[in-house]
Amino acid sequence: MAQYILRRILIAIPSLLGISVVLFTVLALAPGDPFEELATNPNVPPEVRAALREKFGLDDPVWIRYVRWITAMAQGDWGFSFVSRINVDTLILQRLGTTLFVIGTSQLLALLIALPVGVYAATRPYSVFDQVANTLAFIGFSLPTFFTGLLLILVFSIWLDWLPFVYRSDIPATGWRFLWEHFKQAIMPIMVLGLFQGASLTRYVRSAVLDVIRLDYVTTARSKGLGERVVIMKHVVRNALIPVVTLLALQMPAIFGGAIVTEQIFRIPGIGSLLISSILANDTPVVMAVTFVFACLVVTFNLIADILYGWLDPRISYR
Amino acid sequence: MRETWRKFRRHKLAVVGTVILAVMVLAILLGPFIWTTPINDIDFSATLKGPSWKHPLGTDDLGQDLLARMLYGGRISLAVGIAAMIVAIVVGTFVGAVAGMSRGWVGSALMWLTDLFLSLPALPLLLLIIYLFRDTLKAAFGPEVGIFILIVIVIGGLRWMPVARLVRAQFLSLREKEFVEAARALGASRLRQVVRHILPNALGPVIVAATIDVAAAIIAESTLSFLGLGFPPDIPTWGRLLFDAKDNLDFAPHWAIFPGAAIFLAVLSINFIGDGLRDALDPRKVM
Repeated sequence: MAQYILRRILIAIPSLLGISVVLFTVLALAPGDPFEELATNPNVPPEVRAALREKFGLDDPVWIRYVRWITAMAQGDWGFSFVSRINVDTLILQRLGTTLFVIGTSQLLALLIALPVGVYAATRPYSVFDQVANTLAFIGFSLPTFFTGLLLILVFSIWLDWLPFVYRSDIPATGWRFLWEHFKQAIMPIMVLGLFQGASLTRYVRSAVLDVIRLDYVTTARSKGLGERVVIMKHVVRNALIPVVTLLALQMPAIFGGAIVTEQIFRIPGIGSLLISSILANDTPVVMAVTFVFACLVVTFNLIADILYGWLDPRISYR
Repeated sequence: MRETWRKFRRHKLAVVGTVILAVMVLAILLGPFIWTTPINDIDFSATLKGPSWKHPLGTDDLGQDLLARMLYGGRISLAVGIAAMIVAIVVGTFVGAVAGMSRGWVGSALMWLTDLFLSLPALPLLLLIIYLFRDTLKAAFGPEVGIFILIVIVIGGLRWMPVARLVRAQFLSLREKEFVEAARALGASRLRQVVRHILPNALGPVIVAATIDVAAAIIAESTLSFLGLGFPPDIPTWGRLLFDAKDNLDFAPHWAIFPGAAIFLAVLSINFIGDGLRDALDPRKVM
């Protein structure tokens, strides 16, 4: 197992490098100059600009600039935010926790919905429950997150006035009251992301369980006289989870996309809303760094999925 | 063909989806000729009004007619969806076909590239590319066409990977089939084998993927516009309408609900059609 994990980590590194090459290529191909503002600023003489270009090595060949950029990123030197006037890594670290909290809890919610509903629907295929669940799942993943977010705000914040629609990181309360307020403001964003994710997961779980439940070893387990519960829980679900984990990992980029939208709607101070505000403010170092952090997160979650995969199906780790 | 249609018809929701989508497409194509109110007719005496006979879907904060704006925006949204789908399918089929036919390192290199693209964070990258290239393309092709080209290429360019994997898997099994071997024995060139014999048989799953890609591209475009980074304000795509409406939710909910419902209905119908097509065209189950 340890060897398997090590091998997966070694495979993750080239893909991280590949992603960084893609990001850097995009940046290098982009028109415009990071010192454009200096060029239009009459207070900066052209010699100073040329000296700055020299200093930052902007006239070097592309691959030298890439190597320099990637070493700086690896050493934790992520640059300085033009707008917030602090180091980019501090800025991102301040906000990363909130994003991970929202994504984590909404994934948990998605699994809590998708596993029971998907398994139950698959054990009774084409029943009324299955058809209703399937239709609801279709509706769930056809509703774009930005629209569900607005609808929830409309119903629960404006019409019913139950929940706040702006997410605050500085709640003026302590103890239980703080937890309660935090819970209230987190409900809607987590629902939006969790329901969207849960809807597509339900379909995956259902079809994965359907594939497994027909296999001979399940019939064997039943004919040994095991109860239906044990057969489903111990024999079917664990094997059905293997493709589901893969799909969950493949969905990770989409999940982060949904998180960006949700953070923007509810004004959650996470890295997604940081990305949007930096783009609107032309804050290039932050934009690059946040995109890279998202890429790292995707690769990390893929790695976790691979390791889970090895645990669920030990045959894989011996290959 | 008739067999396909018979199977498709059995999927009730797919038929309902087809009807809804047909009505929407007709409304978008013909609507502007019947409902001739201009999309940018500013009327400060009727701002943020709910639905009425004069404005069936109400008005926005400048008193512009929302029905006219939605009919116009729908054209853009659907056009982006279809164009981005074509980009994704062409690139995906090409990469998948090359990877599926090659027996050497080219195939594995292409698949590595596909997997790499699959793990790119799509939305942040979309935003980054649009942020970096917006102004150049605007200057080169004008604000409307420039942004259209950019959005179509970027959305399509980040969605070809599933198609490539699908096509490769199909090619790997089809190229060993007897009828392809027969064509090879008759001296058919590689290109002819692919175009005449393998590709037509791999088309079913590709059509299903293409349908679902239209829905995904519509959502992607709406998301960009909703974040204020898609089309400029004078091009009211459905996502852009939602972006403008979101700060007036409390006194003009209709402004957000109608475009949102339009996106939802279009995407839902397309997804149902895709599901029906999958039942009809694809004997195996493909995710």
